[in-house]
Amino acid sequence: MNHEIFEKNVILLSIGILITVAVGGLVQIVPLYTLDSTIEKVDGVRPYSPLELAGRDIYLREGCYTCHSQMIRPFRDEAERYGHYSLAAESMYDHPFQWGSKRTGPDLARVGGKYSNDWHVAHLIDPRAVVPESVMPMYAFLAEKELSFDTAAAHMKTLRALGVPYTDEQIENAQADLLNQANGDADEADPDALLARYPKAKIGDFDGKPDTITEMDALVAYLQMLGTLIDFTEYKPEMDYR
Amino acid sequence: MANVEKDALTGTETTGHEWDGIRELNTPLPKWWVYIFAASVVWAIGYYIFMPAWPTLHDYTKGILDYSSRAAHRAEMARVAEARSVWADRFREATVDEIAGNDELRRYAMAGGAYLFADNCVPCHGAGGQGGPGYPVLADDDWLWGGTREAIEFSIRHGIRSESDETRYNVMPVFGDDYLEDEQIAQAADYVLHLSGQGGSDAGHELFVDECSVCHGEQGTGLAEMGGPNLTDGIWLYGTGSRDDVMAQIRNPKHGVMPAWEGRLDDVAIKQLAVFVHGLGGGQ
Ligand code: HEC
Ligand code: HEC
Ligand code: HEC
Repeated sequence: MNHEIFEKNVILLSIGILITVAVGGLVQIVPLYTLDSTIEKVDGVRPYSPLELAGRDIYLREGCYTCHSQMIRPFRDEAERYGHYSLAAESMYDHPFQWGSKRTGPDLARVGGKYSNDWHVAHLIDPRAVVPESVMPMYAFLAEKELSFDTAAAHMKTLRALGVPYTDEQIENAQADLLNQANGDADEADPDALLARYPKAKIGDFDGKPDTITEMDALVAYLQMLGTLIDFTEYKPEMDYR
Repeated sequence: MANVEKDALTGTETTGHEWDGIRELNTPLPKWWVYIFAASVVWAIGYYIFMPAWPTLHDYTKGILDYSSRAAHRAEMARVAEARSVWADRFREATVDEIAGNDELRRYAMAGGAYLFADNCVPCHGAGGQGGPGYPVLADDDWLWGGTREAIEFSIRHGIRSESDETRYNVMPVFGDDYLEDEQIAQAADYVLHLSGQGGSDAGHELFVDECSVCHGEQGTGLAEMGGPNLTDGIWLYGTGSRDDVMAQIRNPKHGVMPAWEGRLDDVAIKQLAVFVHGLGGGQ
């Protein structure tokens, strides 16, 4: 048979495999870039603020995604528990996205605003202090660890290279915005400038320690904005049936 | 088919390739497998025709059925809403007191409320509404903002120190920031101990009337309009009511935040919850 040539030549075999897999991949991936309907056109979704972005990094670093999805599927049980199904637009600035399918804990796509900052802090320090039957690990060290954010602007530039529309102004003000959001009550804070750049950002001292910005501040700021950007009372689902 | 030959032992054709004298049999695929494969191909063609399948440049083929999982989901939610409307409409029109006054509605509210409470409130208020440090008990008759069904409904709907425009809001002043002297703080704390029957001393009575009664009431029994807790009943939000806990609260007060549920939960759910919470045992 003619495929003997592949069986006897490792290089040809590798090239053959590569071409076959590439066809399979391209057929699935390329249309996502050309279809008009991949990402819904909705108002409200904006790139993460520097503090939220830092919180998101901690979320990834700690592997929260191994137990939590961020993807509410269009099923009745999920809608009743978590709210409106997730839109692709809500994760269009996520690199990488956090959809996931492993749910040891609840979906977090719309956890923003569901709890108070205090609750999140108490829960992350020791989940069993507030939910006695919880199997979630303790993340108490986050409250002790100061956030390092020297690279905030560089991080945003990198994301811009990947297509996240950060403006020059946002990148220039990365440090200031981060300080602003975490020290909402501090005297020199300028919340209006922050909110103009990042509408609906939650401002405050998230972890109850006003004099330091900890990793806890960043993580809670991130959790508190999840799923809050789109106003679903204005959203017209029939525009995005697929 | 260069040098295909049959294997002498099995009578099956070989692939004709040989490695160190070993030849590979070319056993035909089992029939059942071939038929299922062919059926899958036919099924796939039917699927392309009926269901959304192929991307075109900017759009995709919708298929004869024009199926959309989102449309199907919306249709299901509409069916559910329709089925529930028998009850839901009555809930929307009635006040919480009217709901509680009607046996049928009340039973429905208590059953639905139990689920809603488990999904949304238990992480803060505990499984039976038993509360925890900073999170008030909802099953007793000690209310911060009032224990009538309407007051409870308002607390749930708009939250407490929440982001809602209509939130219940009041904060206790920071008395430790050079406002009161240390010994005045100690005196106020001793008076709170006195009020709650833990000894203390009543020397701080005047100070209490001047500085604390606007929110906690002249007798220290609490003022629901201000969210000032009753300080006489031995039920504490923060700590155990020890002298240290009370001093800490006067010096640099803590404040609880309860999210507003309007927007996250609908009107019917909020009313069910109000009736449910009121029925936990301590409603007024
Ligand atoms: C081992 C699995 C596991 C990991 C890892 C984990 N969680 Fe959880 N999480 C859970 C479980 C189980 C619950 C439900 C019980 C509870 O509330 O504690 C939960 C609940 C939560 C909730 C409350 C959600 C709700 O709607 O009630 C939040 C918020 C949360 N986790 C955040 C995090 C964050 C942030 C991380 C990473 C720092 C994380 N979790 C890591 C298992 C996990
Ligand atoms: C993030 C934690 C949190 C969640 C979740 C939460 N609450 Fe609360 N709730 C609080 C806190 C804190 C207070 C007390 C606020 C204060 O100190 O004035 C409170 C107060 C209340 C009050 C007023 C109590 C009083 O004494 O006047 C009611 C009623 C209430 N909650 C009901 C609910 C219901 C019903 C739910 C679920 C839909 C719920 N809560 C979910 C934290 C929470
Ligand atoms: C402007 C209103 C206001 C004034 C004035 C005020 N308080 Fe309070 N106080 C509150 C509120 C509101 C709370 C409840 C905080 C919460 O719900 O989280 C509270 C809570 C407390 C608590 C904690 C109760 C508990 O259950 O743990 C103590 C103790 C207390 N106050 C003592 C005092 C004393 C003593 C004074 C006067 C020196 C005073 N307060 C003045 C509003 C006030």
